[in-house]
Amino acid sequence: MTANAVLDIQELRKSFGSTEVLKGIDLEVLERELVFIIGPSGSGKSTLLRCCNRLEEPTSGRIFVGGEDITRRDVNLNHVRRGIGMVFQSFNLYPHMTAQGNITLALRKVLGKSRAESNDIALAKLEQVGLGDRGGAYPSELSGGQQQRVAIARSLALEPRVMLFDEPTSALDPELVGSVLKVMRDMREGGMTMVVVSHELQFAREAADRIVFMDAGEIVESGPPEQIFESSERQRTRDFVSRITRQ
Amino acid sequence: MSEGLSQWDRFVESFLKIEVMIDYAPEIAYGFLITCQIAIAVVICGLALGITLAAIRAYNIAVLNIPIAIFVDAMRALPPLVFILLLYFGLPGVGISLSGFTVTWLTLTLVLAAFSAEIFRAGILATPKGQWEAARSTGLGFGQTLIWVVLPQAVRMTIPPLTNRTIAITKNTALGTVVGVGEILNQATTGQSFSGNASPLVLGALAYLILFVPVVSFGRWVETRFAWQRQ
Repeated sequence: MTANAVLDIQELRKSFGSTEVLKGIDLEVLERELVFIIGPSGSGKSTLLRCCNRLEEPTSGRIFVGGEDITRRDVNLNHVRRGIGMVFQSFNLYPHMTAQGNITLALRKVLGKSRAESNDIALAKLEQVGLGDRGGAYPSELSGGQQQRVAIARSLALEPRVMLFDEPTSALDPELVGSVLKVMRDMREGGMTMVVVSHELQFAREAADRIVFMDAGEIVESGPPEQIFESSERQRTRDFVSRITRQ
Repeated sequence: MSEGLSQWDRFVESFLKIEVMIDYAPEIAYGFLITCQIAIAVVICGLALGITLAAIRAYNIAVLNIPIAIFVDAMRALPPLVFILLLYFGLPGVGISLSGFTVTWLTLTLVLAAFSAEIFRAGILATPKGQWEAARSTGLGFGQTLIWVVLPQAVRMTIPPLTNRTIAITKNTALGTVVGVGEILNQATTGQSFSGNASPLVLGALAYLILFVPVVSFGRWVETRFAWQRQ
């Protein structure tokens, strides 16, 4: 394992029944790196991401986060998950809580911080995602883009070592995508380690350090954006890239 | 002409006789208080037990689930009157004698717990999986997620069926009359037999309306107050 790997996935396999959706994935994500995972639907991208905080149980293989093996049987999952932020396609904000309440819940119940301190952190994180004035708003009063930014703030508040994004902009109207991508770009500049599953190829090209192309449960190719998008030697990668950029 | 009383007069004489009503108003008022006491105790204890059972079932532990499922189905299937009579006349045989008040309260509490446990459970199951995942991914435990994220949503979702069921079961306080609880119906039927006139029953009916119409409107208010747009 490379010394500064924040996330290290080794020989990861996952089967649903008799269908193997991850066929031995090896992937290292270094500190401050933004890794973009692309690939056709059903290729296992989301499952891979969800294995990284064990929302999905790996069938075999090991995953290290900050050097800690999170696939160990006796690992404290709640403790591990604090250090791994997750952003979902459908935002999954708690509808009965304000934006601020969404952010402070884990600060108070998991980290045991006081209400006042949690509120201060929530406000700071909301400002970071450009929503400093919307702390009192309920999710139903926010646009999709705003909801997703609150969801990002909710994860950021726990100061994770790595942030996982599972198609963060797929459920958004096109005009709202930019606001979320801007926040992600800011996070990258702030040095956050990020793994992003997304179809925003333009963003991938500009912001990603590395693109991982997955197909049928395997990593076909991994490399800098120019290699994947312009000069891939793999037929499967070129097919996918040309198919998706033509749209 | 001596046809006597008209139909209407006879109706008023037997159902709406003011003097009789005034005579028995204190008894009905007393019954009203007793009914209120049972009703409030049943609603609080029944819903509290119901949500607890639903929460325990959410953990999906077979040794606990099976007895809860049996309890819930039995209490939903049994007519509450049967259970009241069983407890009231049966338990003294094994050395436990409970007052009519206690038996009525206990029976209706268990019935409401059984029905509301099923309703709460449906609410828990209907809460989107993404809510669990979001909460768990921030390090909240199963129980914390249940309490802070899922149950509040489940309760709001189930308020309409819950209100209906709660009212339907709480009205059964009238069954207490068969085991001598001095609640509204008991006072009204006693008044009816002493006076030989149905007016105390009408007064009793009015007392039920005064008690339950506000509960129905409260249920409606809660529904609108806690409704929020789904994402």
